[in-house]
Amino acid sequence: MALYSEKVMDHFRNPRNVGVIEDADGIGEVGNAKCGDIMKIYLKIENDIIVDVKFETFGCGSAIASSSMATELIKGKPVSEAMALTNKAVAEALDGLPAHKLHCSVLAEEAIKAALEDYYKKNGLTYDPTLFPNCANCGHCCKADQCGQ
Amino acid sequence: MTIYADNAATTKMSRTAIEAMLPYMDKIYGNPSSLHSVGQKANEALTAAREQVAACLGCDARGITFTSGGSEADNQAILSAARLGQRKGKKHIISTAFEHHAVLHTLNRLEKQGFEITLLDVHENGLITPEQVADAICPDTCLVTVMYANNEIGTIQPIREIGAVCREKGVIFHTDAVQAVGHLHINIREENIDMLSLSAHKFHGPKGVGVLYARKGIPLTNLIEGGAQERGKRAGTENIPAIMGMAAALQEACGKIDSTSAQISALRDKLIAGLSEIPHSVLNGDAVRRLPSNVNFCFEGIEGESLLLLLDDKGVYASSGSACTSGSLDPSHVLLAIGRPHEIAHGSLRLSLSEETTREEVDYMIDAVKDVVSYLRSISPVWRDLVNGKSNFVIQ
Repeated sequence: MALYSEKVMDHFRNPRNVGVIEDADGIGEVGNAKCGDIMKIYLKIENDIIVDVKFETFGCGSAIASSSMATELIKGKPVSEAMALTNKAVAEALDGLPAHKLHCSVLAEEAIKAALEDYYKKNGLTYDPTLFPNCANCGHCCKADQCGQ
Repeated sequence: MTIYADNAATTKMSRTAIEAMLPYMDKIYGNPSSLHSVGQKANEALTAAREQVAACLGCDARGITFTSGGSEADNQAILSAARLGQRKGKKHIISTAFEHHAVLHTLNRLEKQGFEITLLDVHENGLITPEQVADAICPDTCLVTVMYANNEIGTIQPIREIGAVCREKGVIFHTDAVQAVGHLHINIREENIDMLSLSAHKFHGPKGVGVLYARKGIPLTNLIEGGAQERGKRAGTENIPAIMGMAAALQEACGKIDSTSAQISALRDKLIAGLSEIPHSVLNGDAVRRLPSNVNFCFEGIEGESLLLLLDDKGVYASSGSACTSGSLDPSHVLLAIGRPHEIAHGSLRLSLSEETTREEVDYMIDAVKDVVSYLRSISPVWRDLVNGKSNFVIQ
C-alpha cells in the first residue's frame, strides 16, 4: 500500500524486538485504547547500557512500525542516548510517516521515556521529571476529553 | 490469490454495463440538448434509460433525476424537503444516528441554519422501529430520512412501515438506498417512499453517477444552476455513457436479485459462522435483517488498520471502521451508534461479498482472519491485560 514507505511496511510486517521481558528494569506504557494506540516498552539495563528491549503494541501499522524502529534505535545504547531519542529520529529512520500518523512516532518516544522514568524510580536515581511525558496534558494521542489518563 | 471483499465500498463493473456505455463514447456522442440527429439519438437513449431505471424501482420516470452519485442525491433530497418545510414554517427533521455522512453532514448544516434535528437511536441490533418514527413526528416535522440499508453493518430498516407512518402523518419520507438498490427488491410506490437516493457503482455500474427520485409534488432545490437539463433541476450536460451503464447494470442486477441474494447470503452466513469461532468477537448488526453481502465483526484487543494491512498481504481486500483508516481520531460513528465502546470499535472488520465470491474464498478468508487476529493479539498489551485478568473483556 502506498500509504506507507517500504521501511514502515518492513517493520510492520517483521517487527523487531516484539515480546515481554519478565524481569524488566523499566516498563513504560503510553496511549489509550479508546484512541486506538497503546505502546508498552520493556527495558533491561546493565551498567547504564540498554542490553535488551522488547515491546507490545495495540495499534495501527505505523504504531507497530514506530515501536519496532524505536527499540532498534536504543538497543545496546547508553541510557543517555535513549533519553535523547526523538520522535523525529524515529520517523526519519522509517523514511517518513504520513502527517496524520506522526503521533505514532511521538508515542514511541514517550513509551521509551516512560520506561526510563520507571527505571529511574525503581532504582532511586535522581532525574529531571520535566524531561518526561505527562499524559494529562499531552494531547498527542487523542482528544483530551477521550483520554482516560 | 486475491479476494475482493469490499463490495460495499465499490463493485467491479459488469460486462453488461461496460458494453452499454461504449457506443455513447465514440458513436452516439452527441449532446442530448442538441437538435441534430446525433444529439437526438443521445436524447432518446437518455429517455429510455430513465424509463428503464423507473421500471426497476417501481416509480414514475418523471420523478427520476440523474445526479453525480448518492451523495449529491442525498444532499439535494434533504435540502429540497427542508426548503419546502421552511416555506410552511416547518423546521424539524427526523433521521437516525448512523446515516451516511452525506446525510448527517447535510443535517448538521441545516441545524446551523435553525432546523431542529432528531436522530433516532438505532439500538444494539442497528434497527429502528416505525413506532420510534411515529413518536418523533410533531406538527413541525417536514422530513423523515432513514437509510434503507446501512453501509457498514448492513442492517435493513422496516422501510415500508416507516413510509406508511410518514404517509399517514403527511410527512415527506426520503431513504438513502445506496446500499440496497440492485441487491434487495425495492418498489418505491408500494413502500410509501417519497424520495430515494441511489448510486450506480454499488451494483456493478460506473462511478460518478446516481439517481435522485422525488415523487410528483416535491419541487427540487437546485444544487447546480445552469442549463435546463433534468427539467432544470440539475444543470450540466448529462453523463450519457455513465447513465447508460447505470441503467444496464440496474436492469441486470434487478433481474437476478432472488438467485444472487440466496447465493451470497449463504456465503455470508458461512463466513459469519467461521468468524464467530474467534474468541471475544462479535457480529455487528442484526444477523437476519441484513444485506446478503455484509459481514461486520469487532475483535477485542486489536486495531483495525493493522488487521487490514496484514489481510492485504494475504490477498484479502477488506475495510474497517477503525479511526486509523478514516484519517480522523474517532472510530466509526456507526459502531459507536450501536453502542460499541471506542476501544472495541477500533478493532472492526467489514467484509462485503459479491456474486463472484466463492466458497473456497470464504474458507480462505476465515483462516486468514483467524491467523491475523491471533497474531495481532499476541503482540497486543491490551490483549495481555485481558487474558491476565488485569482488565475485563467487553466482548464475552
